[in-house]
Amino acid sequence: MRNVFQPESLPELWRVFEAHPGASVCAGGTDLLVKMRSAMMNPESIACVDRIPDLRGITTEEGGMLRIGACATHGQIVSDPAVRRMFPILVRAVENLGSPPIRNMGTIGGNICTASPAGDTLPPLYALGAEIELRCKAAQRRMLLKDFISGPGKTCLRQGEILASVRLKPPEGYYNNIQHFEKVGQRNALACSIASLAALLQVASDGVVLKAALAWGSVAPVVMTCPDAEKELIGKPLTSETLRRAAAAARQCANPISDVRADRDYRLEVLGNLLMRLLEVAPESAPARDY
Amino acid sequence: MKISFTLNGKSTEVDVAPDRRVVDLLREDLRLTGTKEGCGAGECGACTILVNGESRLSCLMLAAQLEGRCVTTIEGIGEEGRLHPVQEAFIECGAVQCGFCSPGMVISAVDLLGRDPNPGRGEIRRGLSGNLCRCTGYVKIVDAVETAARRMNAASDVKPDAGEKERVVPGAPGQGQRR
Ligand SMILES: Cc1cc2nc3c(=O)[nH]c(=O)nc-3n(C[C@H](O)[C@H](O)[C@H](O)COP(=O)(O)OP(=O)(O)OC[C@H]3O[C@@H](n4cnc5c(N)ncnc54)[C@H](O)[C@@H]3O)c2cc1C
Ligand code: FES
Ligand code: FES
Repeated sequence: MRNVFQPESLPELWRVFEAHPGASVCAGGTDLLVKMRSAMMNPESIACVDRIPDLRGITTEEGGMLRIGACATHGQIVSDPAVRRMFPILVRAVENLGSPPIRNMGTIGGNICTASPAGDTLPPLYALGAEIELRCKAAQRRMLLKDFISGPGKTCLRQGEILASVRLKPPEGYYNNIQHFEKVGQRNALACSIASLAALLQVASDGVVLKAALAWGSVAPVVMTCPDAEKELIGKPLTSETLRRAAAAARQCANPISDVRADRDYRLEVLGNLLMRLLEVAPESAPARDY
Repeated sequence: MKISFTLNGKSTEVDVAPDRRVVDLLREDLRLTGTKEGCGAGECGACTILVNGESRLSCLMLAAQLEGRCVTTIEGIGEEGRLHPVQEAFIECGAVQCGFCSPGMVISAVDLLGRDPNPGRGEIRRGLSGNLCRCTGYVKIVDAVETAARRMNAASDVKPDAGEKERVVPGAPGQGQRR
């Protein structure tokens, strides 16, 4: 039998960590409990963090940054008005994650800390340049998400430390932006991605791409970004010719594996093809001007 | 470990290992066998219950997590002697064959209709996308949820006039134009 602790504040959590350094953090449990059942993990005890107010909620901070608590569930993220207004790219990734009950349970913090190459929140968060906040008893540190994830299933989370929140800056001039996410899986629901693409573009009124941020899931050990592909887009009109060149650059940069879901060649084909969809995606309709 | 929670409207206290899965607590200890276990890994939805009104998977929850929370299982969806409109519609539409998925399907449908009282067929399919059925082919399940939604909406449309709790004070602000 394992002990299960349910601290209601961060100080209570630090006391649990002190008494039980081997305790595993459980947020929604949708990764942890599956791993425990298949004996991939066997923690001595469990610290549930979903009742800690500091880790919950979605709030706008000074300077317009959005703070998403690590324990915000996917369901809460999808229905949050500020997220819907500013970050449709994240909404698109999360609204198809798992299934309704998985979205009611699973959290953004759990998705990040699991650090799966197929984690669906990761490509949009990379494209948005997300920053994360880590806390331990004595300190707090912040870093870019892309520096936090170091390999498949690997992060630089330290012993006794937790992920407290994710911080997002609204994309500059996001008026008239394209915010796109698409995942290819074996079916629509409950499908682990074979390849996914998050794309954030700023397009001028004459159709020329001013800025581009691209991030792919499931095509490399960690989320793949590809400055070469972005360079193929910037300063060019958004045409199929431009996108084909960017796709070629992306295929150069990727190193996908073959696994039960798809083989390497299929992933290489799809990760480039996913870019072609940008021709069909309409720019975000005007967000409120007073923003 | 002693855990107190509300189960199908009744306050309940159990003495159980804190890391016992909720599906085992319900089925084995409390003998509420309506909740099913299919995969034990979040994939099939057979074990779906409502926790504080939201659908969750009892195979991926630990008993200790129920402390202070409100649980509804399929046994508590209807009232004594009276089925929930979703359950009635499942029977009428032939949405049940072997029945193994039905408790989870019904709970997910109730969860969906709570969030969206008027879903189209596409939204119903999305709302039930975490529940697998190996028998029906889903069409009759979607029919059933559509039927239940229609009836529940019709019932709630007439409610304000039917209940005696709602007294209409003639001429009171905002009440004159009802209907
Ligand atoms: C049936 C099923 C379908 C799924 N489908 C998808 C899908 O389509 N796309 C997808 O991306 N994922 C999917 N997942 C995986 C999972 O649901 C998500 O990764 C989810 O976001 C995990 O969040 P959680 O809160 O449940 O994590 P938990 O299981 O609670 O935690 C996961 C890991 O992160 C650690 N952790 C959690 N929170 C913190 C924190 N705040 N600080 C430090 N460490 C922490 C835990 O210790 C644990 O190791 C699926 C899972 C299942 C079971
Ligand atoms: S038994 Fe819980 S989802 Fe299958
Ligand atoms: S009726 Fe048999 S699984 Fe759905």
